[in-house]
Amino acid sequence: MKIITAIIKPFKLDEVRESLTAIGIHGMTSTEVKGYGRQKGHAEIYRGAEYIVSFLPKVKVEIAVADELVDRAIEAITQAARTGHIGDGKIFVAPLERALRIRTGETDADAL
Amino acid sequence: MTKLLAATAALIATALAASPALAQDAPQISAADTGFMIAATALVLMMTLPGLALFYSGMVRKKNVLATMAQSVIATAIVSLLWVGAAYSLAFTGDNPYIGSLARALLAGVEIDTVSPFAKSIPEILFMSYQMTFAVITCALVGGSVAERMRFSAFILFCMIWLFVVYVPSAHWVWGGGFLQQMGLLDFAGGTVVHINAGVAGLVCALVMGNRTGFGRENLSPFDLSLAVVGTGLLWVGWFGFNGGSALGAGSRAVFAIVATHLAACAGAIVWSALEWIQRGKPSVLGVVSGAVAGLGTITPASGYILPWHGVVIGLIAGAVCYWFCTVAKHRYRYDDTLDVFGVHGIGGMMGTLLAGVFATRAITASETDPGVAGLLEGDSHQLLVQAIGVAVTVAWCAIGTWLSLKLVSAFTLLRVDSDEEREGLDIALHGEALHQ
Repeated sequence: MKIITAIIKPFKLDEVRESLTAIGIHGMTSTEVKGYGRQKGHAEIYRGAEYIVSFLPKVKVEIAVADELVDRAIEAITQAARTGHIGDGKIFVAPLERALRIRTGETDADAL
Repeated sequence: MTKLLAATAALIATALAASPALAQDAPQISAADTGFMIAATALVLMMTLPGLALFYSGMVRKKNVLATMAQSVIATAIVSLLWVGAAYSLAFTGDNPYIGSLARALLAGVEIDTVSPFAKSIPEILFMSYQMTFAVITCALVGGSVAERMRFSAFILFCMIWLFVVYVPSAHWVWGGGFLQQMGLLDFAGGTVVHINAGVAGLVCALVMGNRTGFGRENLSPFDLSLAVVGTGLLWVGWFGFNGGSALGAGSRAVFAIVATHLAACAGAIVWSALEWIQRGKPSVLGVVSGAVAGLGTITPASGYILPWHGVVIGLIAGAVCYWFCTVAKHRYRYDDTLDVFGVHGIGGMMGTLLAGVFATRAITASETDPGVAGLLEGDSHQLLVQAIGVAVTVAWCAIGTWLSLKLVSAFTLLRVDSDEEREGLDIALHGEALHQ
């Protein structure tokens, strides 16, 4: 099992969810986050006071998948989230030791 | 019963006819004027609650929103009670050119049929209430300059003292028969009494209290400008009561004042955002509302003396000059007037009071008992000199009086929260509450 963490543009969240469900991934968790990277920030000006806002709003999506689904999941996320502009986000993949569905007690692959 | 009533009415009619002199001396309270002034009083109170509370709290950081609203609410409560207690009397009674008398303290002698010599067609208690709402908003306005760092207890004490040291004498000089009024100063609705006083007091408070932690370095951007937009709307509409009501009656002059006021707000809003658009590439929402308030503040002293198109010119000037003060001067001189009370109201009040001397129009200012005043535009430069004296006296007294008031407050309590409380935010530190959990 792997845990896939995708940092994406906020308005891409629904497209990413749709393309993941299309390949049979029906569970994910999203969080509103702020990120800093190559996109840098932007300037805001209030009555002449200029502030550089470095951290921009992003959405973090976490998906636990079985090993054989990882590549297809990455492809689905990439296709849905890409605009071609700087700031499209990143995907991280890490090993996942255990999973458990609280209601039934099912574990690992059955719990995903 | 009906017969008895008819008989009584007949008796009264006979008695009145027999003493015509008495009938003429009795105050002629006008229902139209009274109705209009009740509405105007409510409109001006609405400017503070919730107008100013929203306008100000939308421009501070999230951790200080409730504390900023609290200043407007408490200023209303305290100033209203003190106004009834003694401030009204000290401002609007007596013959002394510098300070009024205590004849009307605790509303002594304010009966069901008494009128003030300053507003003979409405009940005195209404005139008192209307003026009360002006004192309220002036004190509440000052709070904007010290937002995000002044202690609540210090602000309460400051309002109590400053009302009597600065506002009351100033209102007496300009509107209550004092020396500036006798000199012929034109201030229709409070360029000196309200806006210069609020603005200069704001500047002195900001300088005495020092800048906010992080001013000029950290991001101090507004929490929610939509609140400020809603607040501006309430201020704008309320200003119709502020300037229109200053005619103290339901007549043409009130409407002329309202139209000039509205046009000045529109012109101010457009100029400020146009300048931003040209200089920064984007017209900000904060810029549009700031320009509108600058236009409204600046037109105030002139509003009842001028023609509608003068309002447009005054609004244009207000938008440009206040823009420069808030966006350039403040950052160049690095004084932290948090919500630009000086840059908008102080500067606007000074300009507007002077411009009243430029645009005053005899046809508007004249009445049955008054030959009217001509300004510079009609070829009389004298009025401009009187206006300049009025501005100078108000600025000087307000600066000294505010400084004295702050010194007096600091004898009892610290003016400013400590740096930990400032970091934590005044909502939690001073009020034990948070906007969102």
